[in-house]
Amino acid sequence: MSQSLDAYLVVSGILFAIGTFGFLARRNAISMLMSIELMLNAVNLSIVAFGAFIPALNGTASVIALMVMAVAAAEATVGLAIVMAIYRNRRTPLVDEYDTMRQ
Amino acid sequence: MGTARPAGAPPVTHTTGSARGAEGAEEVPIPGTVPILGMSWGDVLFAILAAVMLGSALLVVMLRDIIRCGLAMIVAFGALAGIYVLLGAPLVAAAQVLVYIGAIAVLILFAVMLTQAKNAPVRLVFQAQALPAAIAAIVLAVMIALTASATDWGAVTKRIATGTDALARLLFTSYILPFEIVSVLLLMAVIGGIFLAKREGRDA
Repeated sequence: MSQSLDAYLVVSGILFAIGTFGFLARRNAISMLMSIELMLNAVNLSIVAFGAFIPALNGTASVIALMVMAVAAAEATVGLAIVMAIYRNRRTPLVDEYDTMRQ
Repeated sequence: MGTARPAGAPPVTHTTGSARGAEGAEEVPIPGTVPILGMSWGDVLFAILAAVMLGSALLVVMLRDIIRCGLAMIVAFGALAGIYVLLGAPLVAAAQVLVYIGAIAVLILFAVMLTQAKNAPVRLVFQAQALPAAIAAIVLAVMIALTASATDWGAVTKRIATGTDALARLLFTSYILPFEIVSVLLLMAVIGGIFLAKREGRDA
């Protein structure tokens, strides 16, 4: 089981689906950011699994995984800063009360 | 040694006892499979780590208290680092622990503590679209699993480890340009984050 690529890809797919559910269903903006982190981790897991089982991708996959981590860190920084800027104006972290542009 | 034997044990002659002891002292073989389950050690580790990771990821999206969501996320990241080690990528696992647990999870926990007001209305955790979202997520998981299983990836049946030496060589020769671009991106993100989060005020 741990010696087949499919098992890792299935686990990665389930993790991605959990992240998708969290992003679509949660009301809190920070929960949505956590779900995005879960989805990024799922993609990273599949990249590293490809690197471990396909010889041509062996070193490259780890490099790509490290790049994805750096970009995820940048995304988390800017995303949380945006959430805090909105929170300062609206006094709520719930995304369905951010309806200024609808009114 | 002989005196430590319980009194009820049958007497063993010295020659066979010492021979057996010498044989056992040379090497205690670890069985290739876990005795009770009949699976290999790698499989058992993978099953445990994957179960922990998926379970705590479910907790991240289901729990009501958002601080506990953040703590469950740390557990999920740790289990994922274990899976990276199992995949033979120890440097990626170390970066996972440093970057995700050490930086991103802590950042998210700080943001949680700064934005969750005590008097904020604690109503439903989920949007009204939670049920369609759950159905869509399950369909997505089944589709990904079926597609990944049905595709022939040309994969070998044995994991290949990635040495840190080779990875560093690759990172600082072939991929030096993406590396530098990522550095600039991180600098931009830090400056942008400070600009967005700083208090608009008297001097602005």
